[in-house]
Amino acid sequence: MDKYVCNICGYVYDPEAGDPDNGVKPGTAFANLPDDWVCPVCGAEKVDFSKED
Amino acid sequence: MKPVEIAKGIYSVGAIDWNIRDFHGYSTERGSSYNSYLIVDEKTVLIDAVKKGFEDQLIGHVSQIIDPQKIDIMISNHTEMDHSGGLPRIMHAIGEQKPLFCSKMGVKNLSAHFTQQWNYHGVENGETLNIGSRTLTFLETRMLHWPDSMFTYCKEDQILFSSDAFGQHYAGLETFDDVVGHTIMAHAKKYFANILMLYASKVLKLVEQVQAANLQIKTICPDHGVIWRKDPGKIIDAYVKWSRQIPEKKAIVVYDTMWRSTEKMADAIADGIFQEGVPARPIHIRSSHRSEIMTEVLDAAAIVVGSPTLNNCMFPTVSDVLTYMKGLKPQNKIGAAFGSYGWSGESVKLVQAELEAMKFQIIEPAVRIQYVPNDEGLASCIAFGRQIGQAVNRKMMNDE
Repeated sequence: MDKYVCNICGYVYDPEAGDPDNGVKPGTAFANLPDDWVCPVCGAEKVDFSKED
Repeated sequence: MKPVEIAKGIYSVGAIDWNIRDFHGYSTERGSSYNSYLIVDEKTVLIDAVKKGFEDQLIGHVSQIIDPQKIDIMISNHTEMDHSGGLPRIMHAIGEQKPLFCSKMGVKNLSAHFTQQWNYHGVENGETLNIGSRTLTFLETRMLHWPDSMFTYCKEDQILFSSDAFGQHYAGLETFDDVVGHTIMAHAKKYFANILMLYASKVLKLVEQVQAANLQIKTICPDHGVIWRKDPGKIIDAYVKWSRQIPEKKAIVVYDTMWRSTEKMADAIADGIFQEGVPARPIHIRSSHRSEIMTEVLDAAAIVVGSPTLNNCMFPTVSDVLTYMKGLKPQNKIGAAFGSYGWSGESVKLVQAELEAMKFQIIEPAVRIQYVPNDEGLASCIAFGRQIGQAVNRKMMNDE
């Protein structure tokens, strides 16, 4: 599963870790994050993320 | 300095730092200020502390209006230490158990700066606080320019307390934009270029939200520099323009030099650009601060970067400027590299790779000259400059 980087602040979404503080279980692919999920650091929306090189 | 009344019962009570010249690597030739605002109502509120070492100024100003212990609520719009460093002494002066309002991220970030167990109140975006005849609204503005950043808006007086946004590093007794005059815009531009450029998309989104919410703004009170009271629309419009990063017909040739060979090339390239009718100026890195260079980058269409090769690398000062530039994410630029070298000549390739990483439209082939440029070499630099100038002219036509 691919990691995704926030274009605004540089936070990396790691699907293996998920985002448990915001109710996202480990093992959740970026594509399966809810549409209203935002970057836990800066609040950027999903469209502001790019796949990590 | 005396506290200045901005509106009935609302005062500017912050501190002036006349002597700071290096603000975390940003050159502040006119010093700065750490603004703080006092609202006296049924409940009295203080917005933002000052930098550590400036608490006496703040407490002195507050004391001319009200006993600091009468302050009921402290609001922290931004955790960065030029606005929070004074908190330990300020909280001590007003009472350690007084509520400290900040964003949820602010609670996290202030707790990572200070060990005191303050009475934090993490606000939701849009949450309101009634203080008597006024209602304050908190607006989350994450990454403008820290995760904790927020604005506080006073509806009744139509005042936006905007934290670092719309600020300028400018020390002065003038307090207001109209007293300083148009020269303040250059300071605001430098601030945007060096602090906010990388969050341009966030700025545009925020302005859209503010317009959609039809927020009436008569006065903007930032955390640095003067208050915008004459025409707050002017600085908002400037932020929109800077955030869009639509370049002006302008090129800069940024370089360093060891034995003046790269300098000769820089001058010839600037000449060539100018021959195509594009304003161009060479900027020697060790004669201009990196934050001055970034201000020029903000509205330039072409960024041409020259470096001699030193020990198989680019010159360290060029690396400094490129690293700083890359972090600030300038968009929509033409880029080109050049440089003189002795025997190996890696610098030009390395500089060009950095410009490519910033997604600049690269003008090729880059010009590399061994040792000292002769007439033929200088002619090739002029031709390279003309090629860059033509690209700028095409870009200006396409962007229109």
